[in-house]
Amino acid sequence: MNNLRPDLAVIAENVAQQSRILDVGCGDGTLLEALRDKRDCDARGMEIDSANVAECVGKGLSVIQGDADRDLAFYPDGAFDYAILSQTLQTTMRPALVLRELLRIGERAFVSFPNFAHWRVRLSLLWGGRMPVTRQLPIKWYETPNIHFSSIDDFRALLSAMDIKVENAWFLSGDKRRSPAAANLRAEHAVFLLSK
Amino acid sequence: MATAPIKTTTTVLDLPDPLSLDCGRSLENVRIAYETYGELNAARDNAIFIAHALTGDHYVASPNPITGKPGWWLRMVGPGKPIDTDRFFVICANVLGSCMGSTGPASSGPDGVPYAMDFPVITIRDMVRGHVALLDALGIERLHSVVGGSMGGMQALSLAANFPDRTASALIIASTARHSAQNIAFHEVGRQAIMADPEWREGNYYGHSENAKKGGPEKGLAVARMAAHITYLSETGLTEKFGRNLQDRAEKTFGFDADFQVESYLRHQGLSFTDRFDANSYLYITRAMDYFDLAEEHGGILASAFAQTDARFCLISFDTDWLYPTAESRNIVHALNAAGAPVSFVELSAPFGHDSFLLDVPSLDRVIDGFLKQ
Repeated sequence: MNNLRPDLAVIAENVAQQSRILDVGCGDGTLLEALRDKRDCDARGMEIDSANVAECVGKGLSVIQGDADRDLAFYPDGAFDYAILSQTLQTTMRPALVLRELLRIGERAFVSFPNFAHWRVRLSLLWGGRMPVTRQLPIKWYETPNIHFSSIDDFRALLSAMDIKVENAWFLSGDKRRSPAAANLRAEHAVFLLSK
Repeated sequence: MATAPIKTTTTVLDLPDPLSLDCGRSLENVRIAYETYGELNAARDNAIFIAHALTGDHYVASPNPITGKPGWWLRMVGPGKPIDTDRFFVICANVLGSCMGSTGPASSGPDGVPYAMDFPVITIRDMVRGHVALLDALGIERLHSVVGGSMGGMQALSLAANFPDRTASALIIASTARHSAQNIAFHEVGRQAIMADPEWREGNYYGHSENAKKGGPEKGLAVARMAAHITYLSETGLTEKFGRNLQDRAEKTFGFDADFQVESYLRHQGLSFTDRFDANSYLYITRAMDYFDLAEEHGGILASAFAQTDARFCLISFDTDWLYPTAESRNIVHALNAAGAPVSFVELSAPFGHDSFLLDVPSLDRVIDGFLKQ
């Protein structure tokens, strides 16, 4: 699992063996493969992009083409041990609803997202007066699929308002772990493990 | 694509027992014509059953002896191909009700004359009962996979749902779990065209010509095929292929000849179809498709159809298929999700409409190859 993107590596290390997993927005299936092969999980995926889905199925993964905003509704309650949403929440139309759905179909949920209050982002806006284009947010505002930015503190506020429990949280800059202290300023992205 | 010779065996199986049908009747002396490719392994667990579409046959990867045309899925089935006959024992059987070797309305009934309209109305599930009887005869308890496009997909769904122990996976391409009003409507146009042809003679046209597949309501059957053929293509495909081009002429004739290339093409499709297909078979098989509603068979809830199976599923649709559009596949996927079944689903982009599953779509090959390798 050494070659995984940093947030995916955190998730892979913290998933229990032989769990039932749904990776929502699974991309080319890298995490699913790792979970299937190294953690012996029943790992399934949902992905919006047809070429990515074809690649996943070509790798022998069970992945459906679908949209997190629309297609989670068709899974029964508690169908999975973990629902995973990595770097996707900020692209959804209704993030709060998607979070609710993740914790309906999964006993727990891993959610990772870019932190819009990282100091580089703040500097870009403060000094440059421009929307940030950073390592975590590499696409210009008019082309980005990210439509709902949040900071780590924003996310915590939403969890609190929705009565969602934080079981664990990890804060990262690139592949380096950051301490929870001042994470809202110093972490480029975050991974949360949530439960109802 | 270079084509190595494939080891193939054509056989006819006479079912030892009568086949009990959904209509309540039971059919005796049922004959199933089938082809196999590759070798069944010692564990008998490498068999793939390919279910064919409405007017298809069992010559999936070998030349059809009547038309001389190469196998209808030769691009998918063979050594080293996505359905790899070096690894898998591939079976394809002609469906019950057809006219390519298995028992259908043109076959002789108990009184020695063709059944014609005395043939019982059959269902997709009845066709699958025939397939399962064949698997019994071949000593195959559990398939590695059942694979089918269009009506073949319906059979794959029906087999997985009604005989849950008989397959480890099902691959359903460009198909549906039930015929829509529009699907039924197009079929009804075809049936009425056949039955309105005076040569149909209430179905008793056999013996009026030397060739069982010639004579009869050829004009009606050709029109049925023409109407159906339109539904297999996309509007864009038709426009790109023909546009408003004229057929072998510089100007319109102000008459009702085939002025347009698309007319000429459809007439050819209709006529050549009558050389190979029996009109009554067309009536019976389209009826079976119209009656297909997998949810209805299982208390009205599609997810219930999949409650007993532990098979893996893969569904594939095409963005230009308006006969069985993506929404139909998605409907099946949602039911499989609700049933907790492992399912993959992808909508592929291809310009050929419903017929895309038979044509050159490289992403289709990749998905099928990956799914079957599991």
